[in-house]
Amino acid sequence: MTRKCIIIGASHAAAQLTISLRQEGWDGEILVIGDESHLPYHRPPLSKAFLSGEKTVETLSIRPAALYKKNNVQFLQGRVTAINRNKKTLTLRTNQGGVDELSYNKLALCTGARVRQVKLPGCELNGIHYLRDLADAESIKSKIAEGQRAVIVGGGYIGLETAASLRKLGMEVSVLEMAPRILQRVTAPEVSEFFHRMHTEHGVRIYTNSAVAGFVGNGYVNKVVLANGTELPAHLVIVGVGVVPNTELAEAAGLKVKDGIVVDDHCVTSDINIVAAGDCTNQFSKLYDRRVRLESVPNATAQAKSAAASLCSFHKFCDTLPWFWSDQYDLKLQIAGLSHGYDEVVIRGDQFSGRSFAAFYLKEGQLIAVDCVNRPQEFMFSKKAITEKAHIKPERLADDSVPVKDLIFDTERNTQ
Amino acid sequence: MASITFIEHDGTEHAVEIEPGKSLMQTAIDNGVPGIDADCGGECACGTCHVIVEGKWISTTGSASEDELQMLDLTPERDDNSRLACQINTSEAMDGMVARLPEFQM
Repeated sequence: MTRKCIIIGASHAAAQLTISLRQEGWDGEILVIGDESHLPYHRPPLSKAFLSGEKTVETLSIRPAALYKKNNVQFLQGRVTAINRNKKTLTLRTNQGGVDELSYNKLALCTGARVRQVKLPGCELNGIHYLRDLADAESIKSKIAEGQRAVIVGGGYIGLETAASLRKLGMEVSVLEMAPRILQRVTAPEVSEFFHRMHTEHGVRIYTNSAVAGFVGNGYVNKVVLANGTELPAHLVIVGVGVVPNTELAEAAGLKVKDGIVVDDHCVTSDINIVAAGDCTNQFSKLYDRRVRLESVPNATAQAKSAAASLCSFHKFCDTLPWFWSDQYDLKLQIAGLSHGYDEVVIRGDQFSGRSFAAFYLKEGQLIAVDCVNRPQEFMFSKKAITEKAHIKPERLADDSVPVKDLIFDTERNTQ
Repeated sequence: MASITFIEHDGTEHAVEIEPGKSLMQTAIDNGVPGIDADCGGECACGTCHVIVEGKWISTTGSASEDELQMLDLTPERDDNSRLACQINTSEAMDGMVARLPEFQM
């Protein structure tokens, strides 16, 4: 009998796993179970080029159907409701409502994350949206109308990317942020200030220190009410207040879960026959000397490669540098590393008047992360320097007249 | 069929059909060529679709934008004929082209 690998979840990590499994020599069956009707697609464009209409559904697929077919990868639409690790089976609820039991030899959990929902008066009204999958994005798209008002709850990356896309399409956009500044959770004040200025210049109204008290409407939302009593008229509301990892299935099956499904350096869970990859995982980072749960495509891809090797009984160590990107207007933001715990920020360029700068995050003199706005060279340099745990003099980093290439020599001198 | 050959660092060759208009990165991804990561899906944001275009073909691929050059500048294994595959639009004129893949994408 041929061996069977079942992958639960059908997004970035799953797409990479199917291809990597074949590359690593898996000759058994591969079955991917997902609850959407599409083949795995790129999610990042949903709030950017897809929302603004520059990209179509057809261009979102991660890999074409023909490649999955060639690699003999099967897809099944449905939802796994339970894993029985002793019997090595799982319970599947199909879209038609039927219940099925499937056997596996190896299992991969790529269950991802879901949006955090707000529980506030009026939150059930029509016109209040979240943005995670294609259906969400299509539904938002159908309600975009020039001159009408959109209110975005949450000044994080998703909220700001969405704000930029809706502005491009001529909507009046307001962003509500509970914290004293946008992007507070992820960047230094200097970077928040920069994006605040950019969005303001593009006509977005940003309200900081503004918690939402509720939504008002008659079946369909027409107002957002703030905690201080202010009322903002709204034709469309988009809530982007973070995500929660989908770990319930793993937890119910008795796998170790702690802010994500706990995996080792090779993406294996506490069950040797089960791997996990992507936003749902929690893995130790050697570079940062702590466990991390990353919400990022590059992480999903890297973990999937490592997980595929583990399923084929090879070892592919997974400890890649986290990195992220965001596009807003003509601003390309590239982030390398995790800035958490920094004690110094060094700015290269002018974040007060220009449209291009880099913010380097240092901890005890060591470069641990960078936010680069329209600075691809600083980004590439930092990827290398962070991995090498480089110490670079702040005054050199800050000096825009020092070519980035020469900073590398600083790095080399320091690591010798 | 018009085709492009990707050569992995270990010498493994992959001849794939050209679909004019598709990027060189997408052509590799759609055919399952290993060695091109394309983390960002073609936004010129990650530098993980680095290829080295074989000598005589480099002019056929057009010229790199300032952004692309800056991304490439600090890429390990950089070569005079280095390009980011997501920034190259394939055409029939590339029939027979050879693109070598670096050992690592970073």
